[in-house]
Amino acid sequence: MDMNKNAPLLETRDLKKYFKVGGGTLHAVDSVNIRLYQGETLGVVGESGCGKSTLGRTILKLIEPTSGQILYDGRDITRLGTRAMRPLRREMQIIFQDPYSSIDPRKSVIETIAEYMLIHKAYPSRREIMDRAVELMDLVGLARRYADSYPHELDGGRRQRIGIARALSLQPRFVVCDEPVSALDMSIQAQILNLLMDLQDELELSYMFVTHDLSVVKHISNNIMVMYLGTCVEFASSEELFASPLHPYTKALLAAIPEPDLDSREKGFQLIRGEVSSPINPKPGCRFAGRCEQCVSQCHERTPDYVETAPGHFVACHQVNGR
Amino acid sequence: MEQEKNLILEIENLRVTYETDLETVEAVNGISFQIEKGKTLGLVGETGAGKTTTALSILRLLPETTGRIKSGVIRFEGKDLLSASEEQLRGVRGNRISMVFQDPMSSLNPVYTVGDQIGEAIRLHNAGISPQEVERRVDEILEMVGIMPSRKVEYPHQFSGGMKQRVVIAMALCCEPELLIADEPTTALDVTIQAQVLAMIAQLRKRLGTSMLMITHDLGIVAKTCDDVCVMYAGKLVESGTVEDIFRGERHHPYTEGLFGSIPNLRTKARRLKPILGLMPDPTDLPRGCEFAPRCEKCMEICQTTKPEIYREGTHRLYCHLFDPHILETGGAANGHE
Repeated sequence: MDMNKNAPLLETRDLKKYFKVGGGTLHAVDSVNIRLYQGETLGVVGESGCGKSTLGRTILKLIEPTSGQILYDGRDITRLGTRAMRPLRREMQIIFQDPYSSIDPRKSVIETIAEYMLIHKAYPSRREIMDRAVELMDLVGLARRYADSYPHELDGGRRQRIGIARALSLQPRFVVCDEPVSALDMSIQAQILNLLMDLQDELELSYMFVTHDLSVVKHISNNIMVMYLGTCVEFASSEELFASPLHPYTKALLAAIPEPDLDSREKGFQLIRGEVSSPINPKPGCRFAGRCEQCVSQCHERTPDYVETAPGHFVACHQVNGR
Repeated sequence: MEQEKNLILEIENLRVTYETDLETVEAVNGISFQIEKGKTLGLVGETGAGKTTTALSILRLLPETTGRIKSGVIRFEGKDLLSASEEQLRGVRGNRISMVFQDPMSSLNPVYTVGDQIGEAIRLHNAGISPQEVERRVDEILEMVGIMPSRKVEYPHQFSGGMKQRVVIAMALCCEPELLIADEPTTALDVTIQAQVLAMIAQLRKRLGTSMLMITHDLGIVAKTCDDVCVMYAGKLVESGTVEDIFRGERHHPYTEGLFGSIPNLRTKARRLKPILGLMPDPTDLPRGCEFAPRCEKCMEICQTTKPEIYREGTHRLYCHLFDPHILETGGAANGHE
C-alpha cells in the first residue's frame, strides 16, 4: 500500500454535487475527498440517503459535479465533455445494485455482455466480440449454456454475474461496485464477493465499493470511508476503522450490527436516537450533531474540519479533533 | 409431557403446495416445530425456503387460488387452526395472532392517515367501542412505539421507513396478541434504525408477554432476539434447537455450516468466504434424496437416494444422514469427500 502512495489512480478534491429540489438545495455530496490506489478497494459505507451512490455516479461523471475536482490517473476529468470522456469510459465501469433492473430484459445474456464492446468497437469483428463475450462468461462463472437465455430465466446471483461480466468487458481499471450484493441471498452473496476479489487479483482492478453493509465492506476493503448526509465523517484503513473507530457515528454504526454469536447477546441493543435528517438546505455545523450524544454547542455552529489524527486516519469531529 | 411445556403454537408435519395448471411448487415439506409461551422462535433461511409460506399457513392467509395445505396440524393454544371456520379465524387473526410484514412501505394504505389505520384495527377488534376511546387508544399506541401522537393525522408518505415499520408494529400489537409473527421486520431498514426497531419489539414483548415467530435471513438478528431456532431449506427444517445448540453446539447440518461460512465475520480476517456452492433446488422438482444433497460437500451415496431421518440430541434436531449412528459406524455407502 505504501509503495504507490504517491500516485493515486483516483482522487477527488472537495467534490460537491447539489441538486435543486422543491424545498431548496439538496446537498447529496458535500466536499468529499477520496483517494484510491491501483489494485486497492475503497469501501464507502453509510445509510440510505447519505449520498454514497451519488458519489459513485458523480465520480464516473454519469452526473455532472457541482464543484470540486475529480482526478483520474493524474488527469483532471471534472470538466471533460461527453466526447472527451468516451475513451475513459472504457476504463471506468460500474456494477449496479439491482440485477433485476440494470439489465435489458429483451437482450439475451450474450448480447448484454457484448453490448459495450459493440458500442466501443473493442474488437474489429463481431465474431471476435462474441468470442470474447463467451470468455467473459467463463471468467465470471456463468455456464456457456446460458448464452442465449434471457434475464428472466435466471436467478439474482447469475444476473449479477452478467452485470459483472458486462462491466469487465472493456477491461476497465476502475470499477464502482454500487451495492452489488445487497439484493442477493447470503450464500450467493458470498459467491459473488469471492468472485469480485478473485477478479481483482487477476486483473489488478481498483474498486470503489459502495454499501450499507459494514461486514461486507470490512471484508473486501483496504480503506473505508464512512459517509453521513453527504459528508465524509471518517476515513481509515479497514483494520484501523474497526479496531479504533473515532467518530461517534462510526461507533454507533458498528455497535448497531447484530453479530451472529451469542456473546453479543448480553450487550443488548446499543442505540442512537433519531433518524437521518434532511439533506435539503442543511444547517451549518456537524450533520450528525442532532443524533450525537457527545454533541456540544460548537457542533451546531461550525462544520468540523476533516483532520488527519493518525497517519491515514481522518476524522471530522470537534470532540475528537479538539482534544 | 408436551402440555407441561405450555406451548402457544404447535406445528406438526405441515405440508403446503402451490398448484397451478402447469406445475406444483412444493413449498413446505413436512415441518414440525413448537413455540413456548413467552418465547421467540427464529425461522432462518434464504429466499424460497418456505418461511413466509409457513407463516401465512398459520393464519390461513395463503393465496386462495393456488395455495394448498396438503397435510399437517397447526395448533394454537391447543386448538386446531386448520379445521377452524372462517368465522373463528377472524377472532384469531389480528386479535390473538398478528403479523408484521417485511415491507412497511406496502403494508400501509397510502390514502388513509396513520391514525385512521390504527383506529380501524382497534374498531374492528373491539365491537361497540366509542370514537373517543378509539382516539385515546391510538394516541397511547403511537406513544408506545415512540411516535408523537400529534402525527396521527399524517399520511404514510410523510413518515420515514423506520417510522412506518413502527406504525405497522404498533398496529400488530394494538390488540395485545398472544403471538406475533414478524416476517423480516427490519430487512428494509438501515442498521441503526433496525437496532431501534428490534429494541422496541423486545421491550414491548417483555411488557405484554407476547410470544414471537421471528422470520429472518440474518443470523445476527437470531443471535440477538431468539430463544429457539429452526433452519429451513427447500421446505424442510434441516436443523433446529435452542440458540445455544445452533450457535455454540459442535455438530451442525452442512447447510447451517454453509450459512455461517457465508457471512463475512467482523472479528476474523479470513479473506475468502466459504460460500455454499450452487443454487437452491427447483421447488417444482425437488431431489429424490436429501434436498441439500446437490450442494453438499459431505454428500454420500445414500443422500442422493433416501431422505434422512431426524436425529435428536436433547433439544437439538438434525435432518441429515451424517448423524445416523449406523451410517457413522459403517462409513455409510459413502463416496463423497469424507
